[in-house]
Amino acid sequence: MIQANQQKESRQENIALQMTAISKRFGPVEALCDVSFAVRAGTVHALVGENGAGKSTLMKILAGVYQPDNGSIGIKGRPCAFDNPQQALAAGVSMIYQELDLAEHLTVAENVFLGNELSGLLPWTIDYKAMVRKTVELAKKLNFEIDPTDVVGNLSVGDCQIVEILKALMRNASIIVMDEPTSSLSESDTQRLFEVVRQLRQQGIAIIYISHRLEEIIDLADDVTVLRDGKVVHSELVTKLDIGQIVRYMVGRELTEFFPSRDVQIGDVCVRVDNLSSTGRISDISFDIRAGEIVGMAGLVGAGRTDVARAIFGIDKKTSGTIVLDGKELSINSPADAIRLGRIAFLTEDRKRTGLCLQLPCSWNITLPNLVAIGMKNVISPARENKIADDIASRVGIKWLGPQAPVDSLSGGNQQKILIARWLLAKSKFMIFDEPTRGIDVGAKKEVYALLNQLAEQGKAILFISSELPELFGIADRILVMRRGRLVGNLKTSETTQEQVMHLAAVEVN
Amino acid sequence: MSKFARQLLPFGSLILIICGLSAYAPDTFLTMDNFLNVLRRSSVNGIIAVGMTSVIISAGIDLSVGSMLALAGMVGAYAMIAVGGTDPQGGALVFGTFVGIGTGIACGLANGVLITKLRLPPFIVTLGTMSAFRGISYVMNDGQPYNVPSYKYLGSGVVLGIPVSVIVFVVIVAIAGFLLKYTRLGRYTYAIGSNREAAFHAGVSVDRNLIYIYTLTGLFVGIAAMIATSRTVSAQPTAGIALELDIIASVVIGGASLAGGRGTITGTIIGTLLISFLRNGCTLLGISTNVQLIVIGAIIIVAVAVDQLARARAEAGRKS
Repeated sequence: MIQANQQKESRQENIALQMTAISKRFGPVEALCDVSFAVRAGTVHALVGENGAGKSTLMKILAGVYQPDNGSIGIKGRPCAFDNPQQALAAGVSMIYQELDLAEHLTVAENVFLGNELSGLLPWTIDYKAMVRKTVELAKKLNFEIDPTDVVGNLSVGDCQIVEILKALMRNASIIVMDEPTSSLSESDTQRLFEVVRQLRQQGIAIIYISHRLEEIIDLADDVTVLRDGKVVHSELVTKLDIGQIVRYMVGRELTEFFPSRDVQIGDVCVRVDNLSSTGRISDISFDIRAGEIVGMAGLVGAGRTDVARAIFGIDKKTSGTIVLDGKELSINSPADAIRLGRIAFLTEDRKRTGLCLQLPCSWNITLPNLVAIGMKNVISPARENKIADDIASRVGIKWLGPQAPVDSLSGGNQQKILIARWLLAKSKFMIFDEPTRGIDVGAKKEVYALLNQLAEQGKAILFISSELPELFGIADRILVMRRGRLVGNLKTSETTQEQVMHLAAVEVN
Repeated sequence: MSKFARQLLPFGSLILIICGLSAYAPDTFLTMDNFLNVLRRSSVNGIIAVGMTSVIISAGIDLSVGSMLALAGMVGAYAMIAVGGTDPQGGALVFGTFVGIGTGIACGLANGVLITKLRLPPFIVTLGTMSAFRGISYVMNDGQPYNVPSYKYLGSGVVLGIPVSVIVFVVIVAIAGFLLKYTRLGRYTYAIGSNREAAFHAGVSVDRNLIYIYTLTGLFVGIAAMIATSRTVSAQPTAGIALELDIIASVVIGGASLAGGRGTITGTIIGTLLISFLRNGCTLLGISTNVQLIVIGAIIIVAVAVDQLARARAEAGRKS
């Protein structure tokens, strides 16, 4: 704490944001305790910490969503208190949330000017042409090209991020908070976003950058502040730290063995997929997975990795192909078939949209596909159901208020664990994990890896889709590489390199 | 606990209305006859509202229930007359009752199949069938009712001092409450309403369950139709006009969300009784039916507004 204060003193020049001694309680939970946090104008300040460390709470206080119990906020030296998000916006604080806040059916220019439309000559009219022109100008300042008349729904996630940034600039934001902006971006989109962020920095805007991807932070940020259990544990120039040190501050312990060692007996072929195709997405995919084997699947965003999983699981219609499990060919036309006939589990990458029923109790979410399997085909016994959910939750380490608490009362990492618990309970033979570690903190990631290993030890066949090569190499026995809907590589992890996989995934041959 | 708190407001208002009316007009209001009368009048709406609750929990809506009520009653009475002549008795009445209920089931099934197989929004499908069912009811007897003078048991029969329709109502409430809370159908209904995509990905046969839900609602409407027919000893093609709005109001006052995923049978019962007692009270106080409409409109808006406010507060109090 003292050290952090001293550093703050030495950087007093040009402070864009000063949050001082912020505390916030939610009932018995102390979410933030005496947190002081300063951001210099014209810098990228990374805010890191495990899930539940208090990053979101701190940012919501900054954005006026929550009001602190104690402490003060100063923007450019002027004390501010925000009763609501509008006041924070007016003071120049813009938040870009993980779930983007854009009107899909409107054009880029309309989104950028949403709520601040330029009025035309006649009353109640809008000068759309001027809005288009200004949007182009604004984008040019960031060295970014965009057609302001494009409908936002047709843009990539990466471009949507940039539309959000333009929107913030249009509102004269001096502080922009970005919450996990790259979690669903491809490598090239990420680089483009970074370029834009660097331009923002040059223009003197203070950027608060929340990310679990520490490599990015080393690459992009000037300062880093680490939160743990609602307190600031460290704040320093990024150049003075390395990833190992940041991780140590985050978890308060050394993660010596990030990837658990594997010593699993690999058995016979458990799953065989032959000539699998689905309309316009993937064609002619064939591979097999043995019992106890973890097979990774690499590829760029849009290469069709998730589409393979969707075709296997019966979400997308297959145009050709067979799936054989334990020597029996399965006819799967829906997820219900996949679960019932194949004992297949599919942990989705998009837990909000295709994973969880957010308002419903945790226990209901855990048992949803498993009611028949736990003997509640005809009559549900809530008491026994809660007990089952409770047992599996403690195995996965879910922190909740109880099995009846709605899922949306949980943090992102814990929500992910609810889905994992669901598919553990299903006792499936063949499990597909699609980006299971996306957006969760390092501690939780390590738990997921350990869990994958345990499942393999139990003789399950596991397909592990991931965009992060280090984790694929740390966990998988074999790596399948997808490019443009085709399987272009099937490599033993021990006999390949990250460069080779990346090359296969990204470079067109012939 | 929080579920209980949510229902506190409609429940509290219900008690308040009952107490107020008891104090104001003890002689007319606070009598067994009047209470049974209110319950008997509630039974038709209540039975339909129970079905509507499951539809609304699934994030759907059924606008056709009023027309369906008329059609099921007309077909049922027609069957009675066709079998038993101008004043059908005994077996013909029983036969017609089942035909009427069967008509409700068929109508509900049609709604469910159209919604799932044509992938149309429930609002559109049931808006269409609302018109079509009404039209068929008019066409059947040139806009004239079918009279069944001896069909009295369901509407005005009494067992151990309790009206038969009230007993049917209670039984249906028990069955529906059980279905929603203790069976997969009920659980899947909540899941579909909360997040249809997620339910599908978790192996729920969304289409099949939606068809079940709309068909079940048709069954309940069929039963309610026969009670209504029996109460007036005639099937009216004009029965149940604008009834769907009353029903949706009871369900929403009871705490269900039109966005789906939320609602309970208990809440719906409270909502139904609230509206019935209000009507009854207004009548006893000599307030015109026109003014009653205004009062009920205000109650709907206040109930939902307070509910939302309470929920927003509960959410803000939780750590995100």
